[in-house]
Parts: sequence; C-alpha cells; structure tokens
Amino acid sequence: MVPIVHYLILSALLFAIGTIGVIISRNLIIIFMAIELMLNAANLAIITFSRMHGNVDGHAFVFIVLTVAAAEAAVGLAIMIMIFRNKETINADKFNLLKR
Amino acid sequence: MLIETIIFYTAAVLAIGGAVMMIRQQNPVASVLYFIVSLVAQAILYVQLSALFIGALLIIIYAGAIMVLFLFVIMLLNLRGEKFEGAQSKIGGGAKFVLSIVFFVELIFIVKQIVFPPGMQNGQQQIADTFGSVEMVATHLFREYLFPFELTSILLLVAIIGAVVIAKREKSDTGGEI
Amino acid sequence: MSQPLYLIPLFPLIGFLLNGLLLGKIPKKLVSFIACASVGLSLLFGVKFFFDLLSLPEGARAIETVLFAWIPSGQFNVDIGFLFDPLSAVMVLVVSGVSFIIHIYSIGYMHDDPGYGRYFTYLNLFVFSMLMLVLANNYLLMFVGWEGVGLCSYLLIGFWFEKKSASDAGKKAFIVNRIGDFGFLLGLFIIFWNVGSLHFATVFDKAPHIFMAGGGLITAATILLFLGATGKSAQIPLYVWLPDAMEGPTPVSALIHAATMVTAGVYMIARSNVLYMMAPATLAVVAIVGIATAMFAGTIALAQNDIKRVLAYSTVSQLGYMFTACGVAAFSAGIFHLMTHAFFKALLFLGAGSVIHGMAGQQDMRYMGGLKRRMPKTFWTFLIATLAITGIPGFSGFFSKDEILWKSFSSDYGSIIIWAIGLLTAGMTAFYMFRLIYLTFYGEERMDSHTKEHIHESPSVMTIPLMALAVLSVIGGWIGIPHVLGGGNQFEKFLEPVMAGAGYHVEEVEHALASGGHSAAVELILMAGSVVLVLIFIYLAFYLYNKNIAAAGKLRNSFGGIHKLLYGKYFIDELYGAVIIRPLINGSLFLWKVFDVIIIDGLLNGLATLIGDMSRGLRPVQTGNMRTYATIFLLGVIFIIGYVLLR
Repeated sequence: MVPIVHYLILSALLFAIGTIGVIISRNLIIIFMAIELMLNAANLAIITFSRMHGNVDGHAFVFIVLTVAAAEAAVGLAIMIMIFRNKETINADKFNLLKR
Repeated sequence: MLIETIIFYTAAVLAIGGAVMMIRQQNPVASVLYFIVSLVAQAILYVQLSALFIGALLIIIYAGAIMVLFLFVIMLLNLRGEKFEGAQSKIGGGAKFVLSIVFFVELIFIVKQIVFPPGMQNGQQQIADTFGSVEMVATHLFREYLFPFELTSILLLVAIIGAVVIAKREKSDTGGEI
Repeated sequence: MSQPLYLIPLFPLIGFLLNGLLLGKIPKKLVSFIACASVGLSLLFGVKFFFDLLSLPEGARAIETVLFAWIPSGQFNVDIGFLFDPLSAVMVLVVSGVSFIIHIYSIGYMHDDPGYGRYFTYLNLFVFSMLMLVLANNYLLMFVGWEGVGLCSYLLIGFWFEKKSASDAGKKAFIVNRIGDFGFLLGLFIIFWNVGSLHFATVFDKAPHIFMAGGGLITAATILLFLGATGKSAQIPLYVWLPDAMEGPTPVSALIHAATMVTAGVYMIARSNVLYMMAPATLAVVAIVGIATAMFAGTIALAQNDIKRVLAYSTVSQLGYMFTACGVAAFSAGIFHLMTHAFFKALLFLGAGSVIHGMAGQQDMRYMGGLKRRMPKTFWTFLIATLAITGIPGFSGFFSKDEILWKSFSSDYGSIIIWAIGLLTAGMTAFYMFRLIYLTFYGEERMDSHTKEHIHESPSVMTIPLMALAVLSVIGGWIGIPHVLGGGNQFEKFLEPVMAGAGYHVEEVEHALASGGHSAAVELILMAGSVVLVLIFIYLAFYLYNKNIAAAGKLRNSFGGIHKLLYGKYFIDELYGAVIIRPLINGSLFLWKVFDVIIIDGLLNGLATLIGDMSRGLRPVQTGNMRTYATIFLLGVIFIIGYVLLR
C-alpha cells in the first residue's frame, strides 16, 4: 500500500517541473505545454484528496478543470498562430513590446 | 500489495521523466510526444487511485484531443528545429532552477504541515466499490454540479468562437502559412 | 484729557497722498499750495495745542491722545498714541515752523526742476514722519517715525538720482542709518523685555524699580539707543553720511540735515532722560562722543572749500554740542541749542542755497567773492545767522551754546576738559564761519565773467523766508536767558517737568546761585572768556581771508600735511571702505561663489542628478521579457508561501 502522501509529493514535483519549464524555456510551445503540465499536477492532487476523503466531488471538479484546460488550449493555440503570423518566430524573448 | 507499489513507482518515474524530457527538447514534436507519455503515466496513477472515469477522460481528452491539437498547430506553422540564440534574461538558468527547487520544497512543507491534520498520516477512507466509476461521477455531475456542468458547455462554445475569431486570416493578408 | 492731537501729523500725510497720487496731473501752483498749506495747518494746530498746554497747571502739562490699539498682541501692546508735553511742544513748533518756512523757500528754489511734484510729495512725507516721531507716546511709534524720516532722507538726498554721486549718497545715508537703527532696536528689545511695555509713561515710571541704577542692563540699553542716535544724528562713528548728503537739494539739506531729522537723536535722548540718568557710564560716553565729534568735525570744516560741506561739518559739530549737553545731564540745554540751531542753521543753508542759485550752481568758495554788493538780502541774513552760530552775545546761539558750556563746566556729570574742548571748538566755529563769510561775500570777485553777469538776488519767495529765520535767529534765544544775566530762563523752566527725572531742579540751581554768588561769578567769567576767544578767532579769519589773503596761502603751505589731512576729512571714508566695506563685499562674493553656487546649487543639482541616475538604474527592470516577469512572479509566490509557512 503506497502511502497516499506520495501521490501528493509526486503532484508537487510535477508542478515544480512545470514551473521550471515555464521560466526556463524559450520556445513558446514548450512553455504552453509546461502550463498544461501544471494543470495536470493540480488535477492529480485533487484526485488524491478525493480518494483520501472518499468524496466523489473531487472527480467532478477535475472534470470541469479538464474542460477548461481544453478550452484554454484551443484559444491559446489560436493566439500562438496569430503571433507566429506577425512575428515569424516563437522565441519568447522576442516578444518584448512591454519594454519601456 | 507489492504490485501496487511497483506500478506506482513505475508510473511515477514515467510521469516525471516524461515531463523532464518534454522541457528539454529542441524539437516541439518530440516534446509533445514525451508529454503524452507523461500523461499516460498519470492516467495509470489515476486508475490506481480509483478514479476510473477521470483517468479515461484524461487519455481521451488530454492526450487524445489537446495534444493532437498541439501537433496540428506545430505542423501547421512548420515550427520544427528553430534555433534560438542567447537568452536575454538577466537571471541565469541556474538561479531559476534553484528557485524551482525552493518552490518544490515549500510545496512539500505545505503538504506536510497544513494539509494533514495530525493523526491522519497515511490514512485512507474506506470507499465504496463504485467509487470513481462513470456512474458515480455522472450522478454527481448531473445533480449537485449541474450548473457548472452546463456552464462548461457554454465555455467550450465561447472558446471555439474565440479561437476561430483570433486565428482568422484577414481578407488582405497574403503572407503566412495556411 | 483727550484732544485730537492726530490733527498735527494728519495734514502733511494728506498733503503727501494728494501730491503723490496726483503727481504730474496738477499744476505747480496747486502742488505748492497743497504742500505748504498742509504744513501750515500743522503749525497752526501745533500752536493751538501749545496754548492749550500752557493753560494747564505746571505739574500736569501733558496731553495724551490714543487713536487706536495698533498691536494688541498678548503682552505686547502698542497703540497709535500721541503725547503732547513741553518737550514735544517745543519739537512740534520747531519742526512745523521751520518746515513751513522752508516749504515756501522751496517754491522758489525748485521752480525750474522737473521733479517739482515729487519733491513736495517727499517733503510732506518727511514732515509727517518727523511729527509722528516727536508726537509718539511710545518707543515703537517713535521708531516708525524714525524709519520714516530715514526713508525720506534717502529719497531726498538721491532726488537727482540720475547723478551717480547723488544716488550713492542716498544709499550711504540709508545704510549707515540702518546700522544705527540696529542698535536702536536692540535697545528697545532690552527695554521691552524687562519692562514689558514700550509706552513712555509706563517705562519711565517702572524703570527705576526694575533696572538697577548703573547696572549692566540699563547701560546696555541706553548705549544701544545712543548708537541709533549716532546714526541718525551723525556723530562718531556714523556721521559719514551727512557730508555726502549735500548732494541733495539745498532746502533738503536745510530742513532735514540741519533743523529736524538730525535732531531726532537728541530728542530721543532727552525724552529718555529718566533712563539715561540711571546709567552714568552711558552719560559719560555720550558726552565724550559728543564733544569729540564737535571738535573733530570742526577741524574738518576749517579746510573745506565747498560752501555746503563747511555747513555740513558745522552741523555735525553743533550736534556734538547737543549730545554733550545731554551727556552732562543738561537735557534742556541740549534741546535749547537744538531749537536755536534749527533757526540759524536752516538760515545758513537757505542762504547758501540762495548764493548757489544766484551763482548758477557754483558751490566752491574759491570761485566766489564780493557777493555782498550783489546779493545784499542774502548777505545780511547770512551774517545774522553767522553771528548767531558763533555765539555773539544777544543772538540766540550765544545763549544756548553758553548754557551748554556752563553746564559742562559746572554739572556733576561734566568736567573741565569737556568745557575746554567745547570752548576751543567754539573758537574754531567762529573761525571757519567767518572764513566762509569773507570768502563768499567779501573781497574780489573770483568767478568767471559768464557767471558774473548772471549773478542776481533771489526772488522774494526765497528771501522772505530768509528774513523770517533771521528774526528767529535773533529773538529765539531770548526765552532762555540765564538768571545770571538777569533773565528768567523760561525755556528751562518750561521743560522742567519732562526733565524732572533728571533730578535736576531749577529751584535748586536758583538757590545755589542765590546763596553762593560764587558760582554766578564763575559763570560770568566763563561767558566773557568764550566771547573773547570767539572775537579773537573772528579777527584771525578777517586777517587771513580779507586783509592779507596771501598769508592764508602761506599758512596752508607751511602746514601742508595737516591741511591735507583736514581737507581729506581724515580719510575716514577711505578707512571705512578698506576695513569694513571691502571685507564685507569680499565675504559676500565668497558666500555667493562658493557657498551659494557650489554648495547649495551643487546640492540641489546633485539631488536631481541622483534621482535621475536612480531611475535610470531602475529602468532595466522593465525588460519586457516575459520570462523574467514569470521568474519574478515565482519569486514572489515563494516569498508569500514561505511567509505563511513560517508563521
């Protein structure tokens, strides 16, 4: 029987890896996928808690989160298409219009 | 129970490994594939946690739809193998790595201190046999969480419209990919 | 009782406002009418109140009117109030009377001047300020008048301000006066701080109880007030402005620098006699400074060639006499001389003005001569004034000057040395005044032919005032004829209640004279002695400047060095310039270039630069780089979680 806390640790680890991915990577696609990874890590945590407390509400919640992730991915990718059309690159460092 | 432990650790290693490899790839297609590996591993973990419906959904929706969408976009924009020049950020990669480690540690602490009330270290509730099955989740969805459920459908509609609007090509736009 | 005393200064104020506001818009005749009428009305009211005063019994001769409370501020209460007692009566009559005469004279003298309206405006303002000064019932209001006359002095000295020497002289007068005023204010502070009021009656009542007689505080206060007096009344060390003040129009010199403004210091000391009697050390200082100035200025006058300069130094010298009188506790004698001096000095200046007017602007006596025939009225009035100033018996100056000399000799506060110096100075006065007469009016005519043709006697509007003053110069002294010559010395008696604080009572002196004819004899001997000395010096002047002019030249050559010293006024101005003014200017330059520009500007500019640099340093934070933002995000999250964890 695996101690249930291990799942939580795993979830935390995945979340941290996602964070590294966001701040280290220069490729926009990678960044986006890392964000999805973070979402998934959170999902894992919810499922774990749901299992801990014997409550199925967590599953419903994850269901919703999954849906939101799908919607977000669609819109995000659409934006990325537009960015690529305008800038011909997906190097995150090139998008510095916020400068000054 | 040993088999459970083995399954857990295998799936865990796969999940983590997939994630790490995903970040380190130059080729975005490879990244997507590693991510799918990680997702499948996570689905195994879900199943082990008796979240049958959600685990299946993960594979169908996430790995099946979202990642395929990613692949489509990557191939559409012909994004393979772009060489990136030096980073412009002043904060070095090492510092960022350290930051993330710190973050992770903090999360562990949260888990340890806040989440667990004293006395309930490894405990798991007794669960029903049908815990996590389609029937059970669906029942909850359509009873207690009907309103959010309907809202998500509207959310999806909005996302579709939004995506189409954003990515639509101007009439006068001649350049760019398809 | 309450009478409208404010009427006295009111009319010149109205005159000032009318002439000032309507400057250039009204014809000259109206300007002169407004100006002279306002002073005339002051004189009339002054006379009226004088008779009112006389109708009061001797001990209660004081009319006080309070117009309103000017500064009612907690413990510091000052009113606009007027005090009319014998002392202010004398001053008001002298000031308004002589001012009136000089106003009439100015109509003629300034007739062709483009600044006619401006002149009378300033002159009225001056009379107003001077009347406020002498009528004030408290020190602060007196100081207002004090400053006012200083301002008018500046305005009128620099009247022809396009001429650099005139504007410089005006500035010099004002600045030197300011130094004196600084002392005056400090004295006022000491008085107020200890007594709690600046009201004359209050101060003079309380002072003997509050200050220790002869103590440091009262000595300091009185010496500081005296410092103000040396500035205003041109004594050592602050007399240097008066000779330069001759740049102004001659009637101004007559009014302000002979008859009225310069006497403010003497008035102030006489008014404060209670305080001065409590500080014998200050009295000694006053007497010494007074007599030293008298002698000092007299010696300078011996060698001057400009007619107005001679008279200016003569004024300084005579003022010295007045202060000497105060210094030997003979305050009423000082005021007496103030009055007679006002008459004959004003006359001397107006006469000089008449001469200058007739000579088309020439002021150097070496180019004059023989004007006796050409300008007879001017000559005779001038001669009368000269006889008065030298102290020829019968004329006003004799009685007043002799009173001072006698009191210097006999008073408890006097000394024989003071008397001796005073006597010698009287001789010198005779000498330089008659030198002036002989050079100007007698002898051969040394002016060029062009000027010679145009010499003319002045118009009546100028000569009538001369004659009026001449009459006053003769009879003005007759109210002060001392007992020893058979007179009743009404003047001293009249002022006695005001000087009572001096502890010097006329009856006591009368008693002394009656009981011991001894001192009466001494007085007569001294009087005779001074007359003899004066006559000797007059003869000397006659010899050198009329009979045997070559001898004067030889005398000058043999005493060449001394003559240079006297002619150059002991080079005091140059001394002040080097010792005081130069270092001050250098100090200011230093402060400006180093302190202001380098330090302060540097500090401010440095501050601005610092902020600019700081912001320039912070700007790179806005990199626009998304990932950096995300990293910082993470950092923030870590901190927050850490904080929550650690709580």
